[in-house]
Amino acid sequence: MTISRAEKVANYAILTLFAAFALWPVLSILVTAVGPENRTAAESGRFHLENFAAAWTQGKFGHYMLTSVQVSLLVVSVALVCSVMAGYALGTMRFRGEQLVFYLFLLGIMVPTEAIIVPLYFDLRDLGLTDTLLGVALPQIAQSIAFGTYWMRAYFRASDRSIVEAARLDGAGNHRVLWQILVPVGRPAITTLVLLTFMWTWNEFLIPLVMSPRGDVRTAPLGLAFFQGQYVQGTTLLAAAAVLVALPVVVVYLFLQRHFIAGMLEGAVRE
Amino acid sequence: MPTSSVSPTDTDRVRGGRRRPAPDRRRPASGRRLSPYGFLAPAFVLYAAFLLYPILRAVQLSLYRWDGLSLGVWVGLDNYRAVLADERLRAAFGHALVLIVFYAVIPLAIGLVLAAILNRARVRGLGFFRTVVFLPQVVAMVVVAVAWRQIYAPNGSLNTALRAVGLDALTRAWLGDYTFALPAVGFVGTWVSMGLVTVLLLAGMARIPGELYEAARLDGAGAVREFFAITLPAVRGEIAVALTLTIIAALKTFDLVYMTTNGGPGTSTTVPSYEVYRNAFERGQVGLAAAIGITLTVVIFLINLVVNKVGDRTS
Repeated sequence: MTISRAEKVANYAILTLFAAFALWPVLSILVTAVGPENRTAAESGRFHLENFAAAWTQGKFGHYMLTSVQVSLLVVSVALVCSVMAGYALGTMRFRGEQLVFYLFLLGIMVPTEAIIVPLYFDLRDLGLTDTLLGVALPQIAQSIAFGTYWMRAYFRASDRSIVEAARLDGAGNHRVLWQILVPVGRPAITTLVLLTFMWTWNEFLIPLVMSPRGDVRTAPLGLAFFQGQYVQGTTLLAAAAVLVALPVVVVYLFLQRHFIAGMLEGAVRE
Repeated sequence: MPTSSVSPTDTDRVRGGRRRPAPDRRRPASGRRLSPYGFLAPAFVLYAAFLLYPILRAVQLSLYRWDGLSLGVWVGLDNYRAVLADERLRAAFGHALVLIVFYAVIPLAIGLVLAAILNRARVRGLGFFRTVVFLPQVVAMVVVAVAWRQIYAPNGSLNTALRAVGLDALTRAWLGDYTFALPAVGFVGTWVSMGLVTVLLLAGMARIPGELYEAARLDGAGAVREFFAITLPAVRGEIAVALTLTIIAALKTFDLVYMTTNGGPGTSTTVPSYEVYRNAFERGQVGLAAAIGITLTVVIFLINLVVNKVGDRTS
């Protein structure tokens, strides 16, 4: 399509404006994070990368990050295996109750955390699971399974039946068809699912806040909230800590953004 | 629902009949019949225990007055009456409506303009633009909150910018202001949603056949008429999805309020999800908190239903 020169200039101006708007908070927090923390620091150097180290130790982020890694690993791995298997059953097999089960999973995608967090806390407290890794992970595993099953079902339904039929004629059972044929072929869909689950788990706030009232299982976002409450005298280290918390997901996003964008658009039914 | 021509049971019969020797025939057949449930079991057990069951328990809790420790008292629908009658809770749901404007309506308007521009002109740097505007979607809300708190601070970059252009009269502590705190929180939502909506609409517009535009041009249609006659009707489905996602995000605002205002000043920025947390874990009103959560869920389902009905009918 051809458009006039004036329109072109105006278009670029509008796009630049909105790109700048999108980047403004991101850049401002980066600039704050590398700024001087106090007067003495202001006299030496321009970029104070030592702020990250200071925030890391003062805010105990080594500890919180490790917790986040543990929770993420647990949620992503358990939810993935469960979702692949359930999605396989719902996507390729016909059985009694199929529709019902599918709609039940769909229900879980739409129910907000706010609705279930209250009974979850009191019931898991009675089971002694609050302030444990499992207590923080299990509710997120359940939520991730709802989306993951929906996602994997869509993939298996769209997958090529002829390979499966050929493998079956060769005598391959359900497990072999799934793990040795469909899963390797479906690597892009599975990668997207892993990335989305990881992002949602890493960024989750309400569940770890409620499920760990003593703060024993404090994930990185919770650590940041706690740090904000404690570190009131300035903004530099808080900004540095915020950058650290956001960094893992943002770095993965910058490398694999296609997966994130496609996944969030196609999986739009979630939430 | 499209079904495959050969169902698992058919293959079974073929295989069992032709290939397998007699003793083996029964076992794989019965294994096959059970196997869907075997594959479903791990997912379903975890899902039922930590999501389905809590939903039922939330409904149950919402019918009691309970402080979380002693024995609960059955109060019927009193908690729901409180949700409708209590000033603060009504305000919370009212604020949620205001947030919907900021999270859903404004980003939709911005997204339509941006996507239409990007779709009309072959713009260089499209990939970069997409990456940048989508970025707010992947940053943890807590981090977003820290960033915007610094922007809105009395000495933050917003006030600095206003002073620089001589608008000193407009400077204020944005998050501490009774009038401006809610719009300030909402504006963060605009910032977060904008990219998602734009990218979503862009994907929809890319599917519109180019011939439609050529025909419109031959009829002498300008950019604006082209937009209303062709582009807008073609992306109705995407608009429905965008509205669903962003409205729900608006209704689920928790992290942001928790981190920036704690519902204040006064009750000026409190929202339903924050009230769930506050009533259950700070005020010992567990039943009321559950009722707020259930009400919120019902609202979300209704909005989903309405938006998708409208999107379906017109597309």
